[in-house]
Amino acid sequence: MADVSEKLKAQVLQARKNRQRLNIVGGGTKAFMGRTADGDAQTLDLSKHTGIVEYHPVELIMTVRAGTRVADIEAALAEEGQCLHFEPPRFGDASTLGGTLACNLSGPARPWSGSIRDQVLGVRLLNGKGEDLRFGGQVMKNVAGYDVSRLQAGAMGTLGAVTEISLKVMPSPAMSLTLVQDMPQSDVIHYMNQRAGESKPITGAAWVDGKVFLRLSGARSAVEATAEKWSGEVMEQGDAFWQQLQHMNHEFFNSDEPLWRFSVGSTASNPELDGPLLIDWAGSQRWYRGEADMAKLESMAKRAGGQVSLFRGGDRTDEVMNHQPEALQTIQKRLKESFDPDGLFNPGRLYSWL
Amino acid sequence: MKNRPTISKAELAEKFRVFIDPDFVITDDETMKPYECDGMSMYCEMPLLVVLPETPAQVQRIMRLCNEHGVPVVARGAGTGLSAGAMPHKEGVVLSLAKFNRILEIDPLARTARLQPGVRNLAISEEVSHHNLYYGPDPSSQIACTIGGNVAENSGGVHCLKYGLTVHNILSVEVITAEGDRVLIGNDALDSCGMDLLALMTGSEGLLGIVTEVKVKLLPKPEIAQVVMAGFDSVQKAGDAVGGIISAGIIPGGLEMMDGYAIVAADDFAQAGYPRDAKALLLCEVDGTREEVQEHIEQAEALFKKLGATSVKTSQSEEERALLWKGRKSAFPAVGRISPDYYCMDGTIPRRHLAHVLLEMEKMSEKFGLRVANVFHAGDGNLHPLILFDANVPGEFERTEAFGGSILNLCVEVGGCITGEHGVGVEKIRQMAVQFNDEELQQFHDLKAAFDPMGILNPGKGVPTLKFCQEYRSLEHKQHKHEMVEAAHG
Repeated sequence: MADVSEKLKAQVLQARKNRQRLNIVGGGTKAFMGRTADGDAQTLDLSKHTGIVEYHPVELIMTVRAGTRVADIEAALAEEGQCLHFEPPRFGDASTLGGTLACNLSGPARPWSGSIRDQVLGVRLLNGKGEDLRFGGQVMKNVAGYDVSRLQAGAMGTLGAVTEISLKVMPSPAMSLTLVQDMPQSDVIHYMNQRAGESKPITGAAWVDGKVFLRLSGARSAVEATAEKWSGEVMEQGDAFWQQLQHMNHEFFNSDEPLWRFSVGSTASNPELDGPLLIDWAGSQRWYRGEADMAKLESMAKRAGGQVSLFRGGDRTDEVMNHQPEALQTIQKRLKESFDPDGLFNPGRLYSWL
Repeated sequence: MKNRPTISKAELAEKFRVFIDPDFVITDDETMKPYECDGMSMYCEMPLLVVLPETPAQVQRIMRLCNEHGVPVVARGAGTGLSAGAMPHKEGVVLSLAKFNRILEIDPLARTARLQPGVRNLAISEEVSHHNLYYGPDPSSQIACTIGGNVAENSGGVHCLKYGLTVHNILSVEVITAEGDRVLIGNDALDSCGMDLLALMTGSEGLLGIVTEVKVKLLPKPEIAQVVMAGFDSVQKAGDAVGGIISAGIIPGGLEMMDGYAIVAADDFAQAGYPRDAKALLLCEVDGTREEVQEHIEQAEALFKKLGATSVKTSQSEEERALLWKGRKSAFPAVGRISPDYYCMDGTIPRRHLAHVLLEMEKMSEKFGLRVANVFHAGDGNLHPLILFDANVPGEFERTEAFGGSILNLCVEVGGCITGEHGVGVEKIRQMAVQFNDEELQQFHDLKAAFDPMGILNPGKGVPTLKFCQEYRSLEHKQHKHEMVEAAHG
């Protein structure tokens, strides 16, 4: 546990003077994400900037330094019977909360419990001028100023180095169980959405290999009564299945083929693609494995009300995120300039033009 | 606004009338009068003119014209805002979205609704009720306020601890930019690639763009909801009870607190059967499946008793539940009845400082010679002190403002913020200098310029100029010093 913010600030100021580009790195477990990092950039190492700054369980709020490992945060929360409700995916023990925010990563409970973006309440950020800025706060509701904190989710460090994060935490559910049954791909989208529309304690809905998995969690009585009512077998080791989805170590993901992430409308038809598909988030997130033409997938995603990105593998020197319309490109370029006028942070990591 | 407008009122009106029904380009003082303020009626200004477009294409043309000529544009929904965010600019246009009032599409399976921004918040839930769905955020003004305004303010309501704010309940917005581009931010999916502009737009108080369409998420209606009402003989005990509920792992659908003043006023108004001798009252609503609600209600009742509640009562029917809420929801008009005017504040604090903050507020109440009643979204730390005053007494509003300012400073001091859900607008612009330093405020200005290079969208609101802040801070400092000197002599 250490506060190295002064050192980080000094490095940014020095980099600004030398026009030295910087790659922000935490645990390094998400190096495969985004476009290939700039080889000439210097590392801005956040992994030593660690520790829980403040945690008041009854307030449901925690403030941590960005380099703190997700596993350490979850251990501290578990002692108080609380958790990160957005179920952060971890691609290794070293995964940090800062990286999770930068990549906007959330697990299977996302449609019901929200994403990391939804839970973030405040950040401390070093911008490209080396200014140490605070936005948001340590309270649930705060509409003073623009929501710069949530803006960082998915920005992949292009706006600055987030050094501290305040976020909402929640009580862990009293119990969980998983119902599993066979179902053809053609029926599953309707089924999942119908279930998600009932007032029941559902916190997971996924489909893979011809089986649909529904997770129920919350008060014991409610979970048991719903399991009784809904079809499907109670799955042994249900929690393990959801953890495999969360951390993407389910065997579906165990392949060197390019991995595409469709983030689409929950009721949209499945993309007409040959190859394995995994459906999560009650239809809102669909994973596809295989070689494909990005432009073709983008038009499929658009018809499905969403976007596609090349999550892992493939050619990462080209664009890997769904392209942006011109007006939104302009706004994002200007935003980048407003935070990082010299273009120091993570150049080209999110888009070639950022 | 960077420069003065380069077009006269008459010329601008003439240009608007080319593509907008001339009846809805308003230029005379009498018809413009209702637009001079929003729900924060202490702050008034007459606009240059008022325009009511009815299509996004018209909004685009309005924005292009105003951008070209440097004319300020203030977007307006139902005008229920409580921070003067929709107060007109005297050299600018009020762009009313009142004609954008249609529900465009409801998808019960996907649980979404596509709306024009002028659709009223409550109308959404009414419209989808027969699908057994509702829209989560429920600000007190939900009968009148519109979804466009909710996006501008990131509105919450009594259910936001469990169901989130506007930012958590929308999927996309169609925005007309200051330069007249029409863009879709977000989509039908839960996450989008790139920077989260949807979050940035939400709560931006009309400073970044004009929202012309909103897609919201809908929630399945809970099977049942019940309220436990608990009276306490001290605010401290009630505050501890809130912590107790949360520590027990229960996230109530709503968790509200009122102080003694508010209890009596609300009970007089609504005959809700509140314990009138209590110093603090908690309303704790639990919703979900029947089994879950029963389990949690029993836990909550036992907890409140254990933590020193002087009375505990649980609603046994929908009528009883509605009555218990009626008191809380009518707390503002109820207080309005016992005072000629009231001023509603909106600070947030870490809940553990509640007793301290209320005690300090009592001291301020004596110092300023003004009464204050408190209603509190206890679950999420959002305080609504209501300062009672009489606008007809010279100097009393100024004293009220100063009292309010001191409350907000106190909120920041204990780690909270100056506005939880009402926005900064004009009203709290001074306190922005307390919550943020110059570098942070400059970053806000730079961020705005990315959306609005000419600075025509709602200028003078939300973020103060640095010059203004320096003056305010030095004034505060002098005042503080003066008080210290007086205290030392006193």
